Amino acid sequence: MASQTWIIAALVEHKPGVLYKVSNMFRRRNFNIESISVGATEQGMARMTITITGDESTVEQLVKQMAKLVDIVKVSTLQPGNSVVRELALIKVHIPNTTARSDVIQYANIFRGRVVDVSPESLTIEVTGTSDKINAFIELMRSFGVMELARTGITALARGPKIIKVK
Amino acid sequence: MNMMTGAQILVEALKKEGVDVIFGLPGGAILPVFDVLYDSDIRFILVRHEQCSAHMAEGYAKASGRVGVCMVTSGPGATNLVTGITDAYMDSVPIVAFTGQVPRSMIGKDGFQEADIIGITMPITKYNVQIRSAKEIPYEVKKAFFLASTGRTGPVLIDLPKDTQTETTVPEFPEKVSVRGYHPDHEPHPLQVKKAAQLLLKGEKPLILAGGGVISSNASPELMAVAEHLVAPVATSLMGKGAIPENHPLSLGVLGMHGTREANKLILEADLLLAVGLRFSDRTTGKFDEFASDCKIIHIDIDAAEIGKNVPADIPLVTDAKRGLKDLYKALTELSDKKDNTTWMKRVQELRDLFRSEPEVKDSNLKPPKLMKELRSLLPPDTIVTTEVGQNQMWASLFFKVYKPRTFITSGGLGTMGFGFPAAIGAKVAVPNVPVVDIAGDGSFIMTEQELACSVTEEIPVVVLVLNNRMLGMVAQWQRLFYQRRYSAVELGDVPDFVKLAEAYGAQGMRVQSYEEFRKAVNEAVKSEVTTVIDVPISPEENVFPMVPAGKSLRETITGE
Ligand SMILES: Cc1ncc(C[n+]2csc(CCOP(=O)(O)OP(=O)(O)O)c2C)c(N)n1
Repeated sequence: MASQTWIIAALVEHKPGVLYKVSNMFRRRNFNIESISVGATEQGMARMTITITGDESTVEQLVKQMAKLVDIVKVSTLQPGNSVVRELALIKVHIPNTTARSDVIQYANIFRGRVVDVSPESLTIEVTGTSDKINAFIELMRSFGVMELARTGITALARGPKIIKVK
Repeated sequence: MNMMTGAQILVEALKKEGVDVIFGLPGGAILPVFDVLYDSDIRFILVRHEQCSAHMAEGYAKASGRVGVCMVTSGPGATNLVTGITDAYMDSVPIVAFTGQVPRSMIGKDGFQEADIIGITMPITKYNVQIRSAKEIPYEVKKAFFLASTGRTGPVLIDLPKDTQTETTVPEFPEKVSVRGYHPDHEPHPLQVKKAAQLLLKGEKPLILAGGGVISSNASPELMAVAEHLVAPVATSLMGKGAIPENHPLSLGVLGMHGTREANKLILEADLLLAVGLRFSDRTTGKFDEFASDCKIIHIDIDAAEIGKNVPADIPLVTDAKRGLKDLYKALTELSDKKDNTTWMKRVQELRDLFRSEPEVKDSNLKPPKLMKELRSLLPPDTIVTTEVGQNQMWASLFFKVYKPRTFITSGGLGTMGFGFPAAIGAKVAVPNVPVVDIAGDGSFIMTEQELACSVTEEIPVVVLVLNNRMLGMVAQWQRLFYQRRYSAVELGDVPDFVKLAEAYGAQGMRVQSYEEFRKAVNEAVKSEVTTVIDVPISPEENVFPMVPAGKSLRETITGE
């Protein structure tokens, strides 16, 4: 079966150890996490967004194994084509001279990035968007020299009124 | 309610769950609870090694259908539980384990007897939790018993920091708990049930495969109703042994690596498989890809994640075995009368006659298959049998016919040597009025033999039948068959002397050299009120057949002829 990227969104009890339970289950069952992001959400829960690559039966098994964990309140897959998918990156770029400085600022503008820190030899830029967009921006910055990089992993919501409901 | 300490609250909460017996061993970090237990009516059974407290809780749970409870101290007490908890997890046995823990302020400081038992047991429990204040105890205990005993049953662990046991508070005991991420009651989809019934009626060569789920949900009557309506032969997994009386005309015995020849052959001929309450372990199926590949499969399981995990299902029914079979039976009877499967049943009978008509080997040595058959005829039908792991387990599985659910208790998933004896003690505590016999190998029995002390002092008389081949027999069999008889680290020698060992613990020891002595010894042991070890020397060269080599398909059964 064809391998593709899947986005899994889960509402979990917001308490210590739950992330460990989830990531440990992935390890034990031999599933590979591409990216994971977690943050607090409504009603004492946290929302996890996990991306994985695999075939359909892998993702089906994974979702069932997740649903089995008592601390996972609800889990479902999101269609990449029908979801708002975002990632945030902070990129520290080396600035050897003033031309480079104005080029980098220009590129950042085109990508709707923001300069969030400046020093004589560096600029730090914040970009949000799909992972593809962020990859493209990072590639552009390589010619200047990427000094340091931090990415959040993606987070996502389904488009339209559809939500992940708690029973 | 008055102010109570955490320890008092815990014991009160246990009483509210109907707990009447706990297996375990104390230590510093759980002393406040043991101090309260001193005054309570709950029976405490002191084990000699914590691993056995979990196995006893398993034996208790499997024999009775109730939740088994064990309790140990922090650090080494807790880590000694790990094998037992894993065993319960693999076989979905409902137990609740309590561990002591260092005081809250000491957690993470690597002080004396601190082990991160929550981290350690996360992948081997259905749920685990560390108590953070005495106030949480009533809810968490209620929740633990609820989780352990519902849905796909399994082990739950509660870790109790010492100062939460002494902290005082006014407790509130909930009547019920609901856990928002947990919905154990699945009703089967009516349309799917109907589709399954239609498919079953169309099948010309239907076969039913029953697993441990049938036993844990007490679904044997429903299973029999469906089987008899369809006139379908029933094989079981090892965990399902006893789901159908094995002297019933539709019973094929156990399927798989050490399955009966008729079961392993008929599954290759069947056109339709109804699998209930099992996870399709490779020990049952052989090579996954070649298992029932020409068969339509209906799979009933309470755990949605089991469906399609190892073997794809044509019709999945996510529900417990009892409910699933009940609805299925109803749908079947609405659609048609009892089926006529004369041709298929003729074939079943033909194979059975062929395989069961083999003449018994004339040999003056004690032969395990014959010993198992003799044992069956000596024991009342409701006798509970436990097994260790290895050849002893497979001989019991193949040749000791079980007539009732919950009377055959074995470690199927983890395959834990040393399980059978403590499990037998737990089962005897749960069902004191029937004989309990552990069918053992010498290697396995030595692993937990120290519980003879528990069995004797607590007056829990069980019988241990040691099929003594002076070998780690099953490993030796593999080395004989697949490693050119290079016996690497399997020879145990004639050590210990099991009769003297039993006597050293104050138990009864017997040794038998003939079938006549065997019969006498078993009769005497079952009648006596003391724990008895019967040493049965057998040849170290015995193999268990039939056998499917690991990783091969059921087609490749070797029979040893
Ligand atoms: C705790 C544990 N260690 C190792 C094994 C691997 N193992 C499986 S069967 C077996 C031999 C069992 O020997 P014995 O108890 O004497 O039984 P027999 O096969 O001779 O009947 C071994 C070592 C196991 N199942 N469990």
